Amino acid sequence: MGDLVITDLHQSFPRDDGSRLVVLDNLSLTVKDKEFVCILGASGCGKTTLLRMIAGLDHAESGSIVLDGEAITGPNPKVGMVFQEYSLFPWRTVIDNIAFGLEMRGIPKEERYRVAEEYLELVNLSQFRDSFPSELSGGMRQRVAVARALALDPVVLLMDEPFGALDAQTRNKLQIELLEIWEKTKKTVIFITHSVDEAVFLSDRIVVLTPRPGRICQVTEIQLPRPRDRTSPAFAEIRREVLDLINQHCSIQ
Amino acid sequence: MGKYSTNGRDWRLGALAIVCTLIIWQFIATVIIRYPFILPAPTDVFSAFISLIQKGDIFIDLGTSLVHFAIGLGLALIVGIPLGIIIGWNRRIEALADPVIELLRPIPPLAWIPFAIIWFGLTSFSAGFIIFIGAVFPIIINTYSGFRGVPRVFVEAGKMLGCTKDRDLVRYIAFPAALPSVAAGIRIATGVGWMCLVAAELFGVSNFGLGQKLWFYYSLHQMDSVVVYMILLGLIGLAFDMIFRYYVDKKFLKWRTGEVA
Repeated sequence: MGDLVITDLHQSFPRDDGSRLVVLDNLSLTVKDKEFVCILGASGCGKTTLLRMIAGLDHAESGSIVLDGEAITGPNPKVGMVFQEYSLFPWRTVIDNIAFGLEMRGIPKEERYRVAEEYLELVNLSQFRDSFPSELSGGMRQRVAVARALALDPVVLLMDEPFGALDAQTRNKLQIELLEIWEKTKKTVIFITHSVDEAVFLSDRIVVLTPRPGRICQVTEIQLPRPRDRTSPAFAEIRREVLDLINQHCSIQ
Repeated sequence: MGKYSTNGRDWRLGALAIVCTLIIWQFIATVIIRYPFILPAPTDVFSAFISLIQKGDIFIDLGTSLVHFAIGLGLALIVGIPLGIIIGWNRRIEALADPVIELLRPIPPLAWIPFAIIWFGLTSFSAGFIIFIGAVFPIIINTYSGFRGVPRVFVEAGKMLGCTKDRDLVRYIAFPAALPSVAAGIRIATGVGWMCLVAAELFGVSNFGLGQKLWFYYSLHQMDSVVVYMILLGLIGLAFDMIFRYYVDKKFLKWRTGEVA
């Protein structure tokens, strides 16, 4: 139930000289239901390409992505996404942003506001219900974006470096909040980052990709109990291991 | 509020400047030139205004001109916005339509007057057509550049939230995102269209109209009445702009406050 099975995913883009740049090379990965997986790798290793394919926004040349026994061929209500850049609709208030997906589904106004308010509370922004995104800080905008994606009750939540543009303090705070939300809602989360610290703090498993072509280099399980202490020796040990993977074992040969 | 208006300027300075202009104008007209045909004094203009009001025609002129203007701008909106949306949404249609628009656009609206008369005769619709030509291009171009500029992430976020049909994407994502640009286009079109009004009425489409009367009083050499119509044209043009700045921007585009625009 709820497993995401990626099989032999292959993608390449044409280059100016006529050859093809292989972005993803026969990548296979299974993400279990309710699992929190971080995908880690240098820039340009195809992390975002992979995520966009799971989202159904791009199509692979070959291979398949199956969620819950159903192949993904396009944007799908079972998959929610939080984008790297600010993606809230600036002409809609916070509550109308969160209710957008429900509105598209034809749910009546009262009902969709009731649901949206629940998710607004989940991200602790109830007092900003009627604000416009331009009135919110970057961290708040991403929290609303999380609420907006969750409001449709997807099976999988995809996050593409959602906290990349934020300062370190806000980032740490949002990571803690995200874990709380994950505990409450129990979604499968696939989270892209290039911060090792973030990956070790958040995930059940870290998938490290090699750059060009993007392949799975290593999958590391993180057994540390949550909440994790970033300063503990055990945490530092895992962080060093993963860093070594990225810098040596999984870097360009 | 007090002495400062919303833009932080002291409105008393503006009022002072207008009063000074009137005084200097009065001085030049009555002391230096002393020939109302060349330059009527403000006092002459004011008394002409009073007598025009008493005659009552000025209201019919205003109404007639607003009808011409409404025909022109209304048509420009009906044609320009959908056209701009289609061109902005579809690359292929853009490639088809863009050269044609770029060829037609530089033709001055007044150059269409002969065809306006041949196609529509001496009717209000003919005057409306000239205003339409002036107003439609800013609307098309701003609408389509607004649609071009819709950030991809908004469209993709919309798709992820179940807004996948082209029609829904235009309605719920692209149009609101492009609205500031569309509104700017309508504002420019209002100004251009209003400027076309005088010329659109000068070839005799009706016996009333602000532009028509301007020419009529010129032919009678009643320059004080001409100035009354000039000021009226200016004030109404200003009023349209104010409506945009204070109503449309505040009401429909208030989400942009705080954004660096």
